[in-house]
Amino acid sequence: MTSASQTTVEIAGIGMHPFGRFDGLGATDMGVAAVREALADAGSSARDLQAAFCGTAYGGVAAGHRVLGALAATGIPIIDVEAGCASGGAALALGAAAIESGRCDQVLVFGIEKMPKGVIRSSFFAPWQEAAGLTPAPAFFALRAQRLLRECGLTPEHLAQVVVKNRRHGVSNPNAMFRSEVTVEQVLASRLVCDPLHLWMLCSPNEGAAAVVLRAAGSGAEGRGVVVAAVSLRSHLPGSVLGEDSPMCGIDDSDITPPTTLAARDAYEEAGMGPDDIDVVECQDTDAARELLVWAELGLCEPGEQAALLADGSTNLGGRLPVNPSGGLLSKGEPLGASALGQIVELVHQLRGTAGERQVDGAQVALAHVIGRGANACVTILRR
Amino acid sequence: MPTPIDPGSLRVDDDGVTLLGGWSPSSGHRHFPMRPLCPFTGADDVQPLDLPRDGRVWLWTTVTAPPPGYQGPVPYGLGIVELDGEPFLRVVSRIIGEVPGEGAPVRLVGEEVPGPDGDPATTWAFQVVP
Repeated sequence: MTSASQTTVEIAGIGMHPFGRFDGLGATDMGVAAVREALADAGSSARDLQAAFCGTAYGGVAAGHRVLGALAATGIPIIDVEAGCASGGAALALGAAAIESGRCDQVLVFGIEKMPKGVIRSSFFAPWQEAAGLTPAPAFFALRAQRLLRECGLTPEHLAQVVVKNRRHGVSNPNAMFRSEVTVEQVLASRLVCDPLHLWMLCSPNEGAAAVVLRAAGSGAEGRGVVVAAVSLRSHLPGSVLGEDSPMCGIDDSDITPPTTLAARDAYEEAGMGPDDIDVVECQDTDAARELLVWAELGLCEPGEQAALLADGSTNLGGRLPVNPSGGLLSKGEPLGASALGQIVELVHQLRGTAGERQVDGAQVALAHVIGRGANACVTILRR
Repeated sequence: MPTPIDPGSLRVDDDGVTLLGGWSPSSGHRHFPMRPLCPFTGADDVQPLDLPRDGRVWLWTTVTAPPPGYQGPVPYGLGIVELDGEPFLRVVSRIIGEVPGEGAPVRLVGEEVPGPDGDPATTWAFQVVP
């Protein structure tokens, strides 16, 4: 999809409203805060924007328009994007395409969410499926986790180690909801939600917003040096009973490529890079098992190598390939529409060298990944 | 006769509960519940097929808190069953009984739960065969 004439997309500004619980604040308020911060960081005015793309799954009709309206910046095209947990990634893909095509020089991409507490209710399912008890998201995460443990020689202790890693990373992230370290023993002592997943192995749906200003390279002000090398959005191929499309049946899926891998292959090709070129990763850790599955699906390791990577600390801050230096969704919580752009904000800090205690030394190339209901998977590669 | 929770997915009669599947000769796949097109290939030659009542457990877990829209008892088992016969088909199902391990034989039964309107309805479950 790349071509020689294609315009390079720079990330000119980033902004974020912390992820957490904020009584009295609406999704619009948080969106306005994140967008204003991103515009200020870019040295831009809302009047400079030529289009806006808003990721949200629960924001309702014209959620993005409410934010732009509060900034008196309407009149431009405003596109609200729903793609489940990948909503922010889908919005980023559209925003980048608007610049790559030459149609726009500067666009806003943001995500907002204010989630109900507890297990997510989704209009995806028929009422009879809910009544029959066939829709509990944590149970499907648990079934996928069971398979991962079985096929990759992993144990619940390995799942707990992922939580320990991400929560340790999250301690120094002011945008995270949980900022305390935990131990393997504490994680395994938290309530068993669906075997093998304990409560602390599952991320919390919550609230927040994140925003980026995208700009065509060479269109004026400096882009602060971070470029979108690739952004790829893919959906699932049919067949797996464990897909995020939550089918009621499935066939042998051993040869069916998962959506994360489809998106990763596209992104590596578009960027002209491979997994070995990546210095830092932010990936979907809806639950601890999902992160370990994603390592293999992104090609960061072979299936079955996860235990070794956990043991030698490769994916810790300070390791060979730090994963989720922000603390991940396990520390930040997951406001669906904003989560993908929260990853981008973290990775831009990493590439600018402004990540503070979480800084990955000398990071040049970064990868962000989200996957969720649909199924939708999005992989973004950023470079300095 | 009890009311099936979804008449498109199961039949309840004197023979008990039957899962209403589909079969596409051109794609070579069974599926559940029956759809106008094969969900794996899009083939349009789908024929109705009553699915086997026996299978083996592939994956299983226990749901400990009621999910949104569910008014039945907790905890309950949920898992994926590989149905007997060919071609290969896995279905999502409630699981009744303690699963001793992967491959444990199970048999289809009906299970009564409150339907979407709160009235009793029959859904399907696979019970572990002792």
